[in-house]
Amino acid sequence: MINPFRGLGAIFYKEVIHARRDRMAIMFSFIMPILQMTILGAAIDTNVRQVPTVVLDESGASQTATPSDRGTFDSRALLDRLRNSDTFRIIKYVRSDRELNEEMIAGRARVGIKIPVNFARDLLDGRSAQVMVMVDGSDSSVAGQAVNVSSQIGLDESLRRLLPAGVAVPIEVRPKLMFNPDSRSPNFFLPGLTAVLLLFVTTMLTAFSIVREKERGTLEQLLVTPARPLGILLGKIMPYFALGVLELSAILIFMRYVFQVPIHGNALLLIVLSTGYLFVNLTIGTLISTKANSQAEAMQLAMMTTLPSIFLSGYIFPRDTMPLVFYGMSYFVPATYMVDISRGVILRGAGVAELWIDAVALAFLGLLVLLMAVRRFTRMIV
Amino acid sequence: MPAIRAENLVRRFGDFTAVDGVSFTVEKGEIFGFLGPNGSGKTVTIKMLIGILPLSGGGAWVDGIDVRTDPDSVRSRIGYMSQKFSLYDDLTVLENLRFYGKVYGLRGRSLERKIAAVIEQNQIGTYRNRLAGRLSGGWKQRLALGCAMLHEPKILYLDEPTAGIDPVARRQLWDLLFQLSGQGITFFVTTHYMDEAERCSHLAYIHYGKLIADGTPASLRSLPDITPAGTHRFEITAGEVTTALQIAHQLDGMRSATIFGRSIHALVDESLNQEELAGALRARGARIEEIRPLTPSLEDVFVELTYRHQRQSGASA
Repeated sequence: MINPFRGLGAIFYKEVIHARRDRMAIMFSFIMPILQMTILGAAIDTNVRQVPTVVLDESGASQTATPSDRGTFDSRALLDRLRNSDTFRIIKYVRSDRELNEEMIAGRARVGIKIPVNFARDLLDGRSAQVMVMVDGSDSSVAGQAVNVSSQIGLDESLRRLLPAGVAVPIEVRPKLMFNPDSRSPNFFLPGLTAVLLLFVTTMLTAFSIVREKERGTLEQLLVTPARPLGILLGKIMPYFALGVLELSAILIFMRYVFQVPIHGNALLLIVLSTGYLFVNLTIGTLISTKANSQAEAMQLAMMTTLPSIFLSGYIFPRDTMPLVFYGMSYFVPATYMVDISRGVILRGAGVAELWIDAVALAFLGLLVLLMAVRRFTRMIV
Repeated sequence: MPAIRAENLVRRFGDFTAVDGVSFTVEKGEIFGFLGPNGSGKTVTIKMLIGILPLSGGGAWVDGIDVRTDPDSVRSRIGYMSQKFSLYDDLTVLENLRFYGKVYGLRGRSLERKIAAVIEQNQIGTYRNRLAGRLSGGWKQRLALGCAMLHEPKILYLDEPTAGIDPVARRQLWDLLFQLSGQGITFFVTTHYMDEAERCSHLAYIHYGKLIADGTPASLRSLPDITPAGTHRFEITAGEVTTALQIAHQLDGMRSATIFGRSIHALVDESLNQEELAGALRARGARIEEIRPLTPSLEDVFVELTYRHQRQSGASA
């Protein structure tokens, strides 16, 4: 029986030298993640505030008044409430429906509020006073927030008018945002981003490994040696595995101390649970490498596998709302498990008891892909 | 037991037969030159003999081991240097040697001892810490040879080892090959250079998948097919050699004539002796400077064999 790992030590020895001398790979594995984190951590805020708003306030209209004098006491009080919510920023008062429309179409305003002529009168007479809130639906998170906040304020104002002074609201809902009480965007983005960054870097690193030898002509030479496929592939994976662990540590340190994202669970546990993820991505890269004939081709194949897995992983769009087919597919995407592990440990403070199943799933996927890669590689030899 | 034995070796790729019933035997310590035009099946034959390409038919034994049943054992007994000197450009000379040594299972003291021996043998010591990518062609080839023989293989396959390197480096490589073959190592070498073919102790010539010559350089030169009974060869030196060639072709008793530099190699019926040939050519206006008897070169041999083979396969088709 021939040792199936034959050649592992030798390949490991030389791959470490390759990795050390390949400045581009090292740049790629450390600079790119930090750049991405900076963009997502500092520049992007998912909390919607200060939405540009135009107002057409015709309440108690007299055509001669200047815009700022327009409206009634009641309409101005309502507008103040809206402004104070921090969601709306009134950028302009307009005089006509046509102007209101124009501002919306031009995209200068995302929300248009129209208070009709008889607003104050209806209130006074005890009729239902209507306010129209037009919301630009082209950005769903802005639209959702604008609709919610304006309805909420309307309801609030109505209750205030109906209930006698000193009487409490019958039911009071007190929402509490767990794990991310200040609703900070970096806390939400960065733990998931960890999974995406590791995915990109680790897949790329090994995707080039075998193709490069094909291009150099050294693969043929390697196949003549007694080295076995499993030894060759694992020997190539291991140095990059170590690089991946280093990179994960760098990402976590950067996240914790630069972006002040608190890690509620055990950071060491996070690294241990992530090893399965690193392994499966490295084997996917290797599989790509056995298939591609040039480095450019390997790059394209790597892109083809990484992009869909970002969307299916639940990093950007919640998995629970996906159609059943895609939900099923997301179980075969390693990033799904890693996003869960990363958010679990960092935000929810989860431990082995909650997350072991994810780690097992990743290890299983990794072994599966490794077997596929070995099979393809064996066929290349003969 | 011969070093390499191929029996009726066949390799097909779909409908195409790349190697068609090739048989030969290479004895221990021989320098076996395997020649043939590009695309004639040389590399395919090598790949079968080093156990990385399965056979479609026939059999092959390397150092007594059947490549069909135990390619792994074959691979650990042979060394192989491919056409491109497959080295890792971003590794130094020493690192390349260490890597190949480790792949063959050498480690520790014995690895360092073998490396030292190979460095000494190939005289690459001055460059031990230079990146392989920064070596010139000749040094790369020495390093590649060093890597291929680190594990002390009994048989070394060199696929066009001197392609693209300068004449001095070529000469030095051949000196080294002779020295090593004196120590009992068998070499299987492919080349396009006829002067290198002359140095081999055993030659075989493959043409479109079929072996059409097999023997020592001397025995190939005296093949009856090359200089048939009743003919002899002359080298004719002449001014305006192309005109002389046209005239020579018109002569009765002229079997074939080809230009080599400033002279013509001619195969002539024995009925026409040296003086008669000179007279006949001069009479027709050729400016003959010198005529002398010629033993066929290996190039003559292979060109003649190729024509014959083409005529035969053309006739049978």
